[in-house]
Amino acid sequence: MLTEANSHQPIGKSQILEWLQAVKDPEIPTISLIDLGVVRGVEVDAVTGKVSVHLTPTFAGCPAMDYMKRDVERALLAHGVPAVEVEISMREAWTSDMLTEAGRQALRQHKLSPPPVIGNQVFDLDFLEYAECPNCHGNNTELRTPFGATLCRAVHYCNDCRQLFEQFKPV
Amino acid sequence: MNPTLDLLYRLADDQLILGHRNSEWNGLGPILEEDIAFSSMAQDKLGHSLQLYSLLRALGEAEPDTVAFTRNAPQFHCCQLVELPIGEYDFSLTRHFLFDHAELLRFEALATSSYEPLAQVARKLRGELKYHALHANTWMKRLGTATDEAIERMQRSLDFTLPYALGIFEKTDAEAEIISSGLFVGEDELRGRWLESISKVLAQTALEVPDVLALTPVMGGRYGQHTEHLQPLLDEMAEVFRLDPTADW
Repeated sequence: MLTEANSHQPIGKSQILEWLQAVKDPEIPTISLIDLGVVRGVEVDAVTGKVSVHLTPTFAGCPAMDYMKRDVERALLAHGVPAVEVEISMREAWTSDMLTEAGRQALRQHKLSPPPVIGNQVFDLDFLEYAECPNCHGNNTELRTPFGATLCRAVHYCNDCRQLFEQFKPV
Repeated sequence: MNPTLDLLYRLADDQLILGHRNSEWNGLGPILEEDIAFSSMAQDKLGHSLQLYSLLRALGEAEPDTVAFTRNAPQFHCCQLVELPIGEYDFSLTRHFLFDHAELLRFEALATSSYEPLAQVARKLRGELKYHALHANTWMKRLGTATDEAIERMQRSLDFTLPYALGIFEKTDAEAEIISSGLFVGEDELRGRWLESISKVLAQTALEVPDVLALTPVMGGRYGQHTEHLQPLLDEMAEVFRLDPTADW
């Protein structure tokens, strides 16, 4: 296959974002890094065509960051981008409100309850106890433990479905 | 020591050491959820320490791994509370409750620090620390209102742990400058907020809260004076790293 990039002209930012849509979270294969909200910036050097991508972790101790970085590099290089630099920082700290609507749908598809939108409400401890059941979409649920299989997941119980389910934590 | 470095070393060392202590519950928790909770908090805290050691690196200090794994106890600035062995679950829970309330309030205050790189990290960590405080509150309230044995054990742990918890707020020589430069609101202010915060939760239990400020705090950690428990922990933490410090893991 020919490379998709024109070597004489830098690739547009919207094209880069489109390619990044195909890069999924290493642990939740239904959601792209874009919809997860961890891609905080993309810049294309007008002269060299080098692409800089700014990533931020969902949780500071997330062990998947190195994989995300690698996957971004691989995806863009495979499309013929001449050079890729991925920077990880918390300049713009991730919050669960950075999930896009498509991202929330992708979480539901994976049977993960998306976090409630915080907006400008006070993010107090009560907030953490709310979750929508990914099966019946009701909210007759209770928090069983704020720590689940990964740092970004909590475990809740649906009193209607009588089942445990996982939630992507609001933060 | 430069006030920024002084503050960062204290924050980072607390996280690293308590993170390692929490990880010792891996496989041993009284129920599966607690096993996972302490292991998750361990992972969070190691992540937090890495962010803070990275800020130190940007200020010219050594690489995070070098700082974490090659110093000995007298060079650590953690409070003594975090280095104590995990003991029984009641002690680990009480320590987690007392420490993480202080930590949540500390990072909420640091979110407006005059040192912007630290403020950025704090704005991230405070959201995560809410889960630590929530977890601690849930179990303090549950066990603190449970059977006579549970209440008695929690009371004993609280009485034992409070003097160590007061050591969290030990001031260093840099304190005045830390406050005046807007780096942080200061340890006395934090201790006041902490006392209010833990009292609200403890009031919902059958536990008796002593006159906390009348207790004699266990100090010294911020100046490198530690219990006999820290050095063996450091030796264990660094055992593999020291086999070959140049290896790329």
